[in-house]
Amino acid sequence: MPAFIQMGSEKHFSSLHTTLCATGGGAYKFEQDFLTMGDLQLCKLDELDCLIKGVLYIDSVGFNGHSECYYFENPTDAERCQKLPFNLENPYPLLLVNIGSGVSILAVYSKENYKRVTGTSLGGGTFFGLCCLLTGCSTFEEALEMASRGDSTKVDKLVRDIYGGDYERFGLPGWAVASSFGNMMSKEKRDSVSKEDLAKATLITITNNIGSIARMCALNENINRVVFVGNFLRINTISMRLLAYALDYWSKGQLKALFLEHE
Amino acid sequence: MRRPRYHANLCAYVCIPMRPGEEWVAFKMAERGGRGSGGHGSLDKSITLPPDEIFRNLENAKRFAIDIGGSLTKLAYYSTVQHKVARVRSFDHSGKDIENEPLYEITVQEEITARLHFIKFENTYIETCLDFIKDHLVNTETKVIKATGGGAYKFKDLIEKKLGLKVDKEDVMTCLIKGCNFVLRNIPHEVFAYQKDSDTEFRFQTNDPNIFPYLLVNIGSGVSIVKVETEDKFEWIGGSSIGGGTFWGLGALLTKTKKFDELLQLASKGQHTNVDMLVKDVYGGAYQTLGLSGNLIASSFGKSTTADKEFSKEDMAKSLLHMISNDIGQLACLYAKLHNLEKIYFGGFFIRGHPVTMRTITYSINFFSKFDMLEMDRLERPLVNLPLLKDPSTYIPDTVDLTDDAMARKYWLTCFEEALDGVAKRAAASQPDSMDALERAEKFRQKYWNKLQTLRQQPFAYGTLTVRSLLDTREHCLNEFNFPDPYSKIKQKENGIALKCFHSVIESLDSLDWEERQFALVKGLLAGNVFDWGAKAVSDVLESEPQFGFEEAKSKLQERPWLQDSYNQWLERLKEGPPHKCALIFTDNSGIDIILGVFPFVRELLSRGTEVILACNSGPALNDVTYSESLIVTERIAAMDPIIQSALKEEKLLLVQTGSSSPCLDLSRLDKGLAVLVRERKTDLVIIEGMGRAIHTNYYAAFKCESLKLAVIKNSWLADRLGGKIFSVIFKYEVPCQ
Repeated sequence: MPAFIQMGSEKHFSSLHTTLCATGGGAYKFEQDFLTMGDLQLCKLDELDCLIKGVLYIDSVGFNGHSECYYFENPTDAERCQKLPFNLENPYPLLLVNIGSGVSILAVYSKENYKRVTGTSLGGGTFFGLCCLLTGCSTFEEALEMASRGDSTKVDKLVRDIYGGDYERFGLPGWAVASSFGNMMSKEKRDSVSKEDLAKATLITITNNIGSIARMCALNENINRVVFVGNFLRINTISMRLLAYALDYWSKGQLKALFLEHE
Repeated sequence: MRRPRYHANLCAYVCIPMRPGEEWVAFKMAERGGRGSGGHGSLDKSITLPPDEIFRNLENAKRFAIDIGGSLTKLAYYSTVQHKVARVRSFDHSGKDIENEPLYEITVQEEITARLHFIKFENTYIETCLDFIKDHLVNTETKVIKATGGGAYKFKDLIEKKLGLKVDKEDVMTCLIKGCNFVLRNIPHEVFAYQKDSDTEFRFQTNDPNIFPYLLVNIGSGVSIVKVETEDKFEWIGGSSIGGGTFWGLGALLTKTKKFDELLQLASKGQHTNVDMLVKDVYGGAYQTLGLSGNLIASSFGKSTTADKEFSKEDMAKSLLHMISNDIGQLACLYAKLHNLEKIYFGGFFIRGHPVTMRTITYSINFFSKFDMLEMDRLERPLVNLPLLKDPSTYIPDTVDLTDDAMARKYWLTCFEEALDGVAKRAAASQPDSMDALERAEKFRQKYWNKLQTLRQQPFAYGTLTVRSLLDTREHCLNEFNFPDPYSKIKQKENGIALKCFHSVIESLDSLDWEERQFALVKGLLAGNVFDWGAKAVSDVLESEPQFGFEEAKSKLQERPWLQDSYNQWLERLKEGPPHKCALIFTDNSGIDIILGVFPFVRELLSRGTEVILACNSGPALNDVTYSESLIVTERIAAMDPIIQSALKEEKLLLVQTGSSSPCLDLSRLDKGLAVLVRERKTDLVIIEGMGRAIHTNYYAAFKCESLKLAVIKNSWLADRLGGKIFSVIFKYEVPCQ
């Protein structure tokens, strides 16, 4: 940020006679810096207001004639997975899950009427942060790339690892994760997993958790459409598909995970 | 801390803290397993010490139950232990020299009590632990071991092979719920609510008679969420894969720390703000519009990407703990909200009383379990509420919460510390014929001393802290070292002496006019309560001239008005109102108190046409009269007094046991027989006497009927607290408000 403001100052941004609108936390945090270093007065706007207005706007204009909003059909089937358009003409009520460094979950009832239902601190920042610590990667892209090549089932303890198969009583399939990173208590197993496996496990853990919380919120708010946005999902098809699948599976098809082309 | 019938299923979700010895055992045994057979001297040593302590009373273990979870195996077994119990027995007096013979016979017998043991260890050690159990198990009657958890499937063959027992599988959720219900109903102070930044961080809950419905969040390797509606109706409604296993696994990867407890240790020293991105890091302050405080975590581990230097293990561990605990708390709330449940209980190994963990599991932290050994015989007779309690769901027996009141706590801990030597000496002296009495007394002293020191550092270590819990713990420690009734001989002596004076006391009372007599009876109750055989001066006087001692005590009572004085209202009631239908009296001390204080009072009630239920301790505590002693004493008094005799015969005077073995009184845990009788006889007057039962506990207890609380405050600090001087009198006559 300081470098950016410095650049702005050098390029005489302040001589532009337009207002610089700013949102997000930094609009508050760096407001003073913009003023003193860059001679720029920011027009601060609340990020959630902007988020909602943005989502609704962008869907209304569409994407080169295509729908901005889409969902996944057969998300876990590599062969048959399809992105299909979703009509958001009557969007309300809508659950909006914004996954940035952290996560905010909003229930939107109309253009002007929304509330922040809850949030979680286990977000994109956590995924990236943990990945850096566990694998030594240095960019988000690198982390995602490693994850795409990893096998999280080596790292996680699955239901079948505990029960030897499905646990019917709870309706839990054997492939469900019982304990994230649950195998890592054992030194042997720690030594046998790769960085890629760890990256994948981190991604799966964070993604599933977000999905779980989103699902519970949707149920509590009686909303069956959940739109996931935010930079965590940028180029992150793994997470998107996992969210789509998880929401569909655990809600027995009652909830639909939606995404935007321009997340 | 730490206490229906033994259920094989109880094994499921009880967890105990890993004590240092236990870890040591696990490690040593792994060595043994790893090296295979071999007669290493050091290996043999490993069998003697900690394993004995950890697997206590294993030889007589009769029933086993095992719960093999994702990472940990929990084992429960039912075993027996021999210990001494004091019993009193009436002598056959016909044709013998009654005058010089002791009142009754005291025998100390070896009895067998059942105990429930709980152990846990990591799954990796399962084989070696099974071997150990097999080697030490003597009892051959057991044929079956109950098993639950995933491992019941996975390790079935191993267990059957190693232990030679058939594995009988039970559903883990059923076990979990049955265990949870059992503990919620029967173990006092099992449940607490945790409030950060409150003076009292832990607020222990009394057993709520209505436990359903509730949400149980069990945090093991993963998290299971179960909705429990009734005893038999429960449903798994969800879970999370982010649980104890995640903390352990990620913790091990990030900090290279292998042990769970070490991770918690690291976490307690860490600063998560170095690792986490907070709202103020994003906003420069609070997020005003939404009212989100700047200190909230916006992104866990969010600083990892931008930090220049490495993070410390402590900071990472702390951040991890926050992350996981917050997540679980949030999910629990979401589920509770969805299912309209107001009570959430958290159980499972992950929490373990760790303040940071509990702190971050926000909202309704209600469940925690920390068991060591559970005395079965306490549970064989069900314990229930006194039906006359005004509001059982809000009843709290204890008058002062020592976890809340630091000054009181310091005073009482010191008080008990100072008294300890004397108690140990008396215990040893009560068994002059025993070879190892001194040794055992010293062990008792050491053990109780350690508990007191622990409480100084961690007031919450054993659950709620009250004078009652301090007294009760002392009694338990005495029992543990085979001093079941150190006062037994003293009581016997005092009972004998007091009986001799009974007749003349009654005579002098009968000679008074009605109003004078009422006052004299009350003074008699109070004066009797003053007697404390611990005071040598008192015992000297009693030895030489017992009746004189009693009269002197009466005359030395505080002048009216008493510190708490509603005697006039009581007198009015006696004058104006009809006789009570039935009075329930909770007795206090043996000897002068019950014989010269309580019995004359009882006699007067009976003369008015009021029935009397005399409730005494089921087991000994200090010099309190026990139920079995009361039977003998009553018999002897009946022989001297026709009123008592006919009342006994016509069943207008009834003797019951309270279900308690404490110097204090918890009216929510009484013998069911007492409760039944109270209802049957339509008891309309409750009388509680003595400091333990009327001041340390029940001072504020509210009843549906009239009540009398009488005591003389024999402790200057307490007297001062309540606004008076030592030997101040409390006489509370209370009538329920309409």
